[in-house]
Amino acid sequence: MSVLETRGLVKDFGGFVAINDVSFTLDHAQKHAIIGPNGAGKTTFFNLITGHLEPSRGTVRFDGREITGMPPHRIVKLGLARSFQRINIFPRMTVWQNIQTALIARDGKHFNMLIAGASQNRQETSELLDLVSLDTESDEIAGELSYGKQKQLELAIALAENPSVLLLDEPTAGMSPQETRDAIALIDQIAVTRQLTLLFTEHDMNVVFGIADRISVLHHGELIASGEPEEVRTDAEVRRVYLGENEHAAA
Amino acid sequence: MGLHMPRGTLIVCLLIVGALALLPLLESRYLIDLATEIMVYALFALSLNVIIGFSGNVSFGHAAYFAIGGYVNAILLTTYGWPLWLSFPAAVVLSALAAAFVAYFCTRLTDIYFAMLTLAFSMLVWAIAFKWRSVTGGDDGFVGVAVPAFIDSRVPFFYFTLVIVTGSIALLWTICHSAFGQALVAVRENLTRAGFIGVNTRMMRGLAFVVAGTFAGVAGAIFAMYNRGVYTESAFWTESAQVLIMTLLGGMYSFFGPAIGAAVLYILERFANEYTEYWPTVAGLILLVIVLVLPEGLVGLARRIGARLVRRSGA
Repeated sequence: MSVLETRGLVKDFGGFVAINDVSFTLDHAQKHAIIGPNGAGKTTFFNLITGHLEPSRGTVRFDGREITGMPPHRIVKLGLARSFQRINIFPRMTVWQNIQTALIARDGKHFNMLIAGASQNRQETSELLDLVSLDTESDEIAGELSYGKQKQLELAIALAENPSVLLLDEPTAGMSPQETRDAIALIDQIAVTRQLTLLFTEHDMNVVFGIADRISVLHHGELIASGEPEEVRTDAEVRRVYLGENEHAAA
Repeated sequence: MGLHMPRGTLIVCLLIVGALALLPLLESRYLIDLATEIMVYALFALSLNVIIGFSGNVSFGHAAYFAIGGYVNAILLTTYGWPLWLSFPAAVVLSALAAAFVAYFCTRLTDIYFAMLTLAFSMLVWAIAFKWRSVTGGDDGFVGVAVPAFIDSRVPFFYFTLVIVTGSIALLWTICHSAFGQALVAVRENLTRAGFIGVNTRMMRGLAFVVAGTFAGVAGAIFAMYNRGVYTESAFWTESAQVLIMTLLGGMYSFFGPAIGAAVLYILERFANEYTEYWPTVAGLILLVIVLVLPEGLVGLARRIGARLVRRSGA
C-alpha cells in the first residue's frame, strides 16, 4: 500500500531543472533509500515533498490526499516528519526544551498563552530523550552539544511529531564511523518499534545496503531506477552513473 | 493559568512592588513622578520585547500602538465623555486591532523588510495624528484630557499606574512563559525548523505582534492621562527608537531586561538633561556601547560577571 506518491514532479529553478518528471511511490513500512551523486536532486526532492519548496509541476499525495503546495506546518500535522542534512535544531534552547516544544507543537498547544510551557508533556519529553540517549544532556544548551549528539537531537525532534512517515536527509552526514553505526542501529530500532515508514538519503553505501529494503536512484533530477537492493546493485544504468563511479574511485 | 514564577524571581518582584507601594510615604513629588513614568516605559519596553526577544523580529514602529492607546483613551474620555472603565479597554482593544492589521502585512516579510514596514505603518499613524486636527489636535497635541476624579491627583494616579502595570507585567510574564511563549522562542531560534515541527510561524509572529501592540496600548493609555495630553511626538519614529534602545540596553534575552533598560535610560536622561542639552548624543553613545560590547544588554553583562565569579570561587 502506498503512503506517499509523487506524479510527474518537476522543479525548475529558473531554467535549471533540479527535479525532472519524477513519479515515485513509497509503500507502508518500507525502509526506502534515495541515492544519487551529489547534485542529483535528493534534497530538493525532500523539500518538494515536505512543503519547503513548491513544485513547478506535478503532484504529491500523502495517505491518499493531495498535499502539493501545502505549507510545512500542515504537512507535519498529517504525519510526515523530516530531519535535515545540516543540523537544524533550536540552538539557544536547552535540549529538553527542544523536544518539549516539538511536543507542544504536535499537540497544537502552541497558540495557548495561559498554560505554562515548562509543565507540558514532561513524561514524553524525558522518554524521547532516553530513546536517543540524551537524558544526561537534558539541561545543556542544544547548540553546544557535539555534532553527533545534535544529530540525535534532530532525530528526536522529528520523532516528537509522532510521524507515520519519517524523511531523513543524510542522517549520518559528518559522523565518525562509530557514530554512524550507532545512529543506524538506533534508526533501525526506532523504525521497527514505532512501525515507521522511512525514506532517507545517504551517501554511505554500507548504510544504504545495510538497512534499505528498497532503493531509488536519482541522477540529474531524474529517477533512473527503483527496486530491491539487489536489482539496483546490478542495474547497468545505475552502475554506469553511480555505483561504478564509486568503485572506480575506491580502486 | 497562574503565575509559575521561580520563587527567587517572585520574591524580588514582590519586594519591588512593595517598595513602590510605600514610595508615597517619602512625600517626594519628584520621586512619584519619576516612578510613574518609569513604570509606564517599563511596560512599553517589555511589550516591545515580545516582538524582539521572543519572536526574533525587530519593530522600528512600536510607538504607533503606544500613541493609539493614548489618543483613543484621551479622545473618548474628553471629547465623548466616556467613563474610564469603557475608554481604557476601548483604547487597548483598538491598539490591538491596529497591531493585528499591521501584523497581517508585516509577517509576510522577515528581517529588515519586516522592520521597515513597521516603521512605515508607524509614520502613517503619526501622519494621521498630525493631519486630523479636528480630532487629535494636530501638532498642538490633544490637551486637557479629562482624567477621572478618583485618580486626578499625584498619589492616587501613582497607585492606579502601579496596579495596572503590575497586572499587565504579570500577564505578559505568563504569556511569555506559556506554551505559546516557548514555541515563539523556537520560531525565533529557527524559523524553518519551527515550521517543520508543525508551528504556523507566520501566525505565531503575528500573535506576538498583537500581544506587543496590546500592552503598548495599555502603557500609552496610562501615559495620556498622566500627561493630561497626547502629542504627535508619541507616534514619531524617535519614540520608537527610544523604546528600542531601552529594550536592547536591558537585554532582549531576558524577560525583565527591558524594564531595567527603561529605568536606567530614563534616569540617565533625567541626569543628562541637567548637565547638557545634547541628550540624543548621549543616547547615541549608549546605543554604540550596547551594540559593540553589550549585545545582550545589562542583564547579559550581569550574567557574564556572575558566571565568572562562580567559576573563580569554584577554582
